[in-house]
Amino acid sequence: MITMEHICKSYKVAKRNAGMKAACKALFHREREVVRALADVSFTIGEGEMVGYIGPNGAGKSSTIKILSGILTPDSGRCLVDGRVPWKNRMEHVRQIGVVFGQRSQLWWDVPVADSFVLLRDIYHISQVDYVNQLEELEALLNLGELLKIPARQLSLGQRMRCELAASLLHRPRILFLDEPTIGLDAVSKLAVREFILRLNEEQKTTVILTTHDMQDIEALTRRVILIGKGRVLLDGTLDELRHSMERVRVDSAECAEQPESEGERSLEQVIAALYEKLDIV
Amino acid sequence: MNGLRLYVRYVSVILRSAMQYKMSFLLSALGQFFVSFNVFLGIYFLFGRFHEVKGYSYSEVLLCFSIVLMEFSVAECFARGFDSFSGMVRQGEFDRILVRPRSAVLQVLGSKFELTRIGRLLQAAVMFVYGLGHCRVEWTWLRALTVLFMVLGGVVLFWGIFMAYAALCFFTLEGLEFMNVLTDGAREHGKYPFDVYGKRILQLCTFVVPYALVQYYPLQYVLGRSQQWQLALCPLGVAPFFAVCYALWRFGVRHYQSAGS
Amino acid sequence: MKKYWSFFRLRFVMGLQYRTAAAAGMVTQFVWGFMECFAFQAFYETNPAAFPMEFSAMVAYIWLQQAFLAMFMAWMMENDIFEMIVSGNIAYELCRPVSIYQMWFARTIATRVSRALLRCIPILAVAFLLPKPYGMTLPADLGTFLAFAGTMVLGLLVAAASCLLVYVLAFFTISGQGLRIFMVSLVEFLSGAIIPLPFLPQPFRTVAQCLPFASMQNVPLRIYGGDLAGRDMGYAVLLQVFWLVFLVLLGKGLCRRAERRIVVQGG
Repeated sequence: MITMEHICKSYKVAKRNAGMKAACKALFHREREVVRALADVSFTIGEGEMVGYIGPNGAGKSSTIKILSGILTPDSGRCLVDGRVPWKNRMEHVRQIGVVFGQRSQLWWDVPVADSFVLLRDIYHISQVDYVNQLEELEALLNLGELLKIPARQLSLGQRMRCELAASLLHRPRILFLDEPTIGLDAVSKLAVREFILRLNEEQKTTVILTTHDMQDIEALTRRVILIGKGRVLLDGTLDELRHSMERVRVDSAECAEQPESEGERSLEQVIAALYEKLDIV
Repeated sequence: MNGLRLYVRYVSVILRSAMQYKMSFLLSALGQFFVSFNVFLGIYFLFGRFHEVKGYSYSEVLLCFSIVLMEFSVAECFARGFDSFSGMVRQGEFDRILVRPRSAVLQVLGSKFELTRIGRLLQAAVMFVYGLGHCRVEWTWLRALTVLFMVLGGVVLFWGIFMAYAALCFFTLEGLEFMNVLTDGAREHGKYPFDVYGKRILQLCTFVVPYALVQYYPLQYVLGRSQQWQLALCPLGVAPFFAVCYALWRFGVRHYQSAGS
Repeated sequence: MKKYWSFFRLRFVMGLQYRTAAAAGMVTQFVWGFMECFAFQAFYETNPAAFPMEFSAMVAYIWLQQAFLAMFMAWMMENDIFEMIVSGNIAYELCRPVSIYQMWFARTIATRVSRALLRCIPILAVAFLLPKPYGMTLPADLGTFLAFAGTMVLGLLVAAASCLLVYVLAFFTISGQGLRIFMVSLVEFLSGAIIPLPFLPQPFRTVAQCLPFASMQNVPLRIYGGDLAGRDMGYAVLLQVFWLVFLVLLGKGLCRRAERRIVVQGG
C-alpha cells in the first residue's frame, strides 16, 4: 500500500544570531544552515495495516506525514502510496486519503458541525447517497448524534476530535493519517477515539498511520511500530521487538543492575524514554 | 459539482458564521465606511477651495475615486483570503488546503468573504451616482460599458496584487508591510487620476503596476477628454499583470512544497 | 515613578525589535509622502493664491507627518487593552501596585515613541536630501525649532491622553470596538491627518482649531514650517496645555470610577 524508498529531505534554515550587529548583518547576508529532516528513510506498509510512527520531537515524523500526504516534495527517493506518487498528482492522491492534525481543526468554527460536513461533501465530490450512508455509519460509531447541530467552537476537545475524525472519513479514504489524535483529550475521550480507530481498521480495512507521543495509544492500537530519530528509521518491528531491543541495549549497559524489576513491569513509556536516550536521538 | 457552486457554498458558510457576530459585523462595516469617508471629506474641502485640479472638476474626481474604491472593495471582499494570507501560512492552515482535492486558489478564495467591505462599496456607490449626475458627460452605452470594464479590470488587478503578496508569504513573513503601498496606497491615492501626480507617476502606474489601465486611460474616454474608443479596452491590459502574479503564486506554492514552511 | 520608567523601557525595547517591519514601514511612508507632495503640488499649481500656506511649509508638514506617523496615528491603539477590558482579565491588572491609568499612559507613550524613533531618522535624513521643492528645509531659527520640539512633546501627550480616554470609556460601553472606530475617524480628520487644518473653510477651521484634536500633530507640524507663529502659536500652546490637563483629569476620574465598578461587580 505504501512504500518509501531512500527518501531524503533537508531544509535550509536561516541562521539567526542575537544582537544588533548580527541583525544588521542579516539584512545583507543570511547564513543558512541545512537541516536534514529525513536521511534515507525506507519502509513498506501493507494494506489494512495499522502502524505507529514514533520518535522524539523533531525526528522527522511530520515531514514523513507531509510527504505521504502530498504536501511536501522530497529531495530524493521513491515513494508510492496506493500506486501513486503523492506529490505528482496532488488532487488525485488526496481524494483517497484522510488526514487528522490533532492540533488543528478542519471544521468551520462558527457553524454547526453538520454544515461543515456538507461543505466537505462538496469539496470531495461525494454523492448524496454515499454521504448519507457514510454519515449514518460514522454517527453511530462515534456517537455524534446531537453534536452535529452544535457549532464547533462550543464543543469540548473530546467531542471535537470525534467530529474531526468523522470529517476526515466522510469520503471513505483507504488510508488515514493521524497526527497526534489523542492530544489533550480526557481519559473517556481517549478510549472512545482508540476504540473507533481499532474498529475502523478491523472492519473497513483502512490503512492507518498514527504518530503520537502517547505510548498507551501505541499499546492499544498498533502491533507494528516504526521508530524514527534524527531522520533515520531506527527500528521497525512489533512492540515486543521494541521491548526486546531495549533489553539488548540494557544488557550492554552497566546501570541495569540497579534496576531490580523485570522488563515486563516497566511501562512502555519508560522503555521508549530509555531507548531515546540510548540511541542518542533526543 | 463545479468550482463556482462550491465557492457559493463556502460563502454561505462564511456568511452564516459572520451573522453570529452581528454587532461586530455592523461596526466593522461602519469603520470601513468612516475611513473612506474621511478621504472623501478631504476631497470635498480641497475642492471647495480650489474647484479643480489639473483640469479635473470635483464631480470628475468623485467619479474617479468611486470607481477605484469600488474596484478595491470588491476585490478585498472576494480575495481577502489572499490579502490575509500570512496568518494562513503561519498557522499551518495551508497544509490543510493541500490535502483537499480542490485547487488551492479556489480554497483560498473560499476561506474568506469580507462582506464588511460593503461599507466602502456603499459610499463608492453614492459618490458614483453623485459624480454621474453632476459631471458633463454624455452617457452612451460604450461609456457605461467602459466603467464596467474598469471595475472588473480593477478587481482583477487588486486580486493579482493580493495574490503576489500571498506568494511572498511562502518565502518570508517579515517586512511584507511594504505591500501596503500597492494596495492601500493605490486605493487612497487612486482618488485622483494618476496624471495629477505627474508624468513619472503615471508611467510607473502604467508599466510597473498597471493601475492607470483601470483608472486614468479609460477615464479619459469616459469623461470625454479623449474620443478614442480604444481606450475603453485598456482594462484588458491587466491580464498580463495578473498572469505574472499567478505565476508568482504557483512558484510560491511549489517552493512551499519543496522547502516546507 | 521608577516603576513606570522601567515599564516604559521594557515596551521601548520590545518596539525596537521589529526592525524588518520598521524598514518596510519606512518604504510605505516614503511613497506615501511623495504621493501627498505631488498631489498638493497639483493643487498648488492649479491656484497658488488659494493655497493657505507656503508650499515649503506644506512639504515640511507632509514629511514630518510621515516621519512621526507612529506617534500620532489615531488607530495606534493597543488591542490587548481592549481585550483585557472585554474579557475581564483587567482584574489582574488591578492586582498590581500601580495605577492603571499611569501604567497605560506609560505604555501608550512607549509604544508610540519606540515605533516613531526608529523610523523618523532615515525618513527625515532622506527628506532633507531631496531636491527642491520636495525637500525638507531647516526651521527658520532656533526659537522655531525649540517651539516645534516642545509642542511635539505636548502633542504626543495629548494624543496619548485621548487614546487613554477611549480605553477608559470602553469600560462603560458594551462595545469598545464601536467607540474606537468613531474616535479614530474623528481624530483622523480633525487632527489634520487627512488635510492640514488651514485647508478647511471658515468657520470650520476656527472650530476645528479649538478642539482637542487640533492640539495633537497640527500644532508642531505647522510651527516647524513657520505656518503657525507669533500670537497664534502662543494660543495654540495654551490650548495644548489646557486640553492635556482636561483630558488627563477626565481620564483619571473616569478610570477611578471604572475601578470602583470592577471591584464592586467583580469584573
